[in-house]
Amino acid sequence: MSDPILGVKNLSVYYGESQAVKHVNLGFKDKSVTAVIGPSGCGKSTLLRALNRMNDFIPNVRIEGEVKYRNQNIYGKSMDPAEVRRRIGMVFQKPNPFPKTIYKNIIWGPKINGYKFDPDELVEKSLKGAALWKEVKDRLHDSALALSGGQQQRLCIARAIAMSPEVILMDEPCSALDPKSTLSIEELIGEMRKNYCIVIVTHNMQQAGRVSDDTAFFYNGDLIEFGATKKIFTNPDNSQTEDYITGRFG
Amino acid sequence: MSPHRRRMNKAFKWCCRITTYGAIGVLALLLFHIAYEGMSWISWDFITNFPSRKAEKAGIYTALVGSVYVMVITTLFVVPFGIGTAIYLEEYASQKSLFIRFVKLNIANLAGMPSIIYGLLGLTLFVRIMGLDRSILAGSLTLGLLVLPVIIIASQEAIRAVPQMVREAGFAMGARRYQVVIWQVLPAAIPGIMTGIILAISRAVGETAPLIVIGALSYVAFLPEDMFDMFTVLPVQIYNWAGRPQPEFHSLAAAGIIVLLAFLFTLNSIAVLIREKFQRYKL
Repeated sequence: MSDPILGVKNLSVYYGESQAVKHVNLGFKDKSVTAVIGPSGCGKSTLLRALNRMNDFIPNVRIEGEVKYRNQNIYGKSMDPAEVRRRIGMVFQKPNPFPKTIYKNIIWGPKINGYKFDPDELVEKSLKGAALWKEVKDRLHDSALALSGGQQQRLCIARAIAMSPEVILMDEPCSALDPKSTLSIEELIGEMRKNYCIVIVTHNMQQAGRVSDDTAFFYNGDLIEFGATKKIFTNPDNSQTEDYITGRFG
Repeated sequence: MSPHRRRMNKAFKWCCRITTYGAIGVLALLLFHIAYEGMSWISWDFITNFPSRKAEKAGIYTALVGSVYVMVITTLFVVPFGIGTAIYLEEYASQKSLFIRFVKLNIANLAGMPSIIYGLLGLTLFVRIMGLDRSILAGSLTLGLLVLPVIIIASQEAIRAVPQMVREAGFAMGARRYQVVIWQVLPAAIPGIMTGIILAISRAVGETAPLIVIGALSYVAFLPEDMFDMFTVLPVQIYNWAGRPQPEFHSLAAAGIIVLLAFLFTLNSIAVLIREKFQRYKL
């Protein structure tokens, strides 16, 4: 097991007066999947968005503590938030491809960031990385919005991969998808584990159990328990975790 | 549904229907009246002739050319200023700032100001202080000020209607705000912005009062050569004809109105086509 590539130290996030994440310490390992679970409103999405500074766009958000990426605080003064987001990609709850062609969806990010690349090669590589190549290789120049929901979400993953990030954050990536598409995304996450540090927020406990190596359980802004997924799901230390996982609340 | 509520529903539907057909009826009457009065005066000569003291020789050529000039210059002036302001207010300015809120409130107020006040402002600022005289440029800038708030508000609304999700997708790729605005927000907002521009420019082309105040002439026997020349526009010419005692000139005014309506209709159609194109491009 490698050292954490991304970690939070005593992190608190406030929306105005109310504290959504409370003094959390947590590490995310490279080439592994960490699931963040907990009932609605427990602060798990807020935590995720704090990891690549996406909370910057929400008014009244205040952050205390540190988020360390490769030993650098991403909230440090010399840090460029856009640079942080290039290295730490994100996939959202609802598939949100750009209203452009599949091809342009992939190359937009690298292009506006001034990367040097062979577009055809990058498109093929990224789509293969998101297990979408076979389905769309004959219609790369069709609108991305013509794809099914599951395909759109995989395109969003491909788009994130195209930036060659090291970390990919996923905010309930399957909550808007049908079971079949969900399965394909889960299989994809299993493949991607080999190359990326993945942090996935999910409402679906079975999903957390299936895809993740480690699991963090949040309740009311507090990190209640963090450990290997197997242990959390079979023999949690905390009774709240056990109650949540066995479906007694939440 | 009880019989009572069913009757109420029927009555309500009829009330709405009467208001709709009533409005359409008045409009149709108006158009019919104008067509009846002016149609016989419409001819190629009417469109290509210069104005004249004799009704049968008078044409609308200088006013038509003047309106085209004014429209083009006003558009060139208001579109960048309007969209730029809207982008700043919605994407960059702090929404918490009291000053920005004050500015937004006042833009809304300006949109409701009577147009003659803009005419007085244009007279003082452009004609006198800036020494532009009674030129096309002075008139266009005055009309620009008049419709700028309308374009800003329409653009603001179009930009605000773009889902936050679209911006986040861009930001998550490491994009700067200008890149998100240019490549994601604006393309999605273009149909709405276009609608605002159409309405605003149509209003500018139809305005009379502010141009009379700054001194757009109604008897111009030559074509303007550049934007510093004197000019007249369709509504001013129509206003002038309508005010003359001879009945022939009243018919001439009606003919002028037909030309103005055709002009506005063409303008709107072009803009609607552009809007349709962008909407299709979006999908």
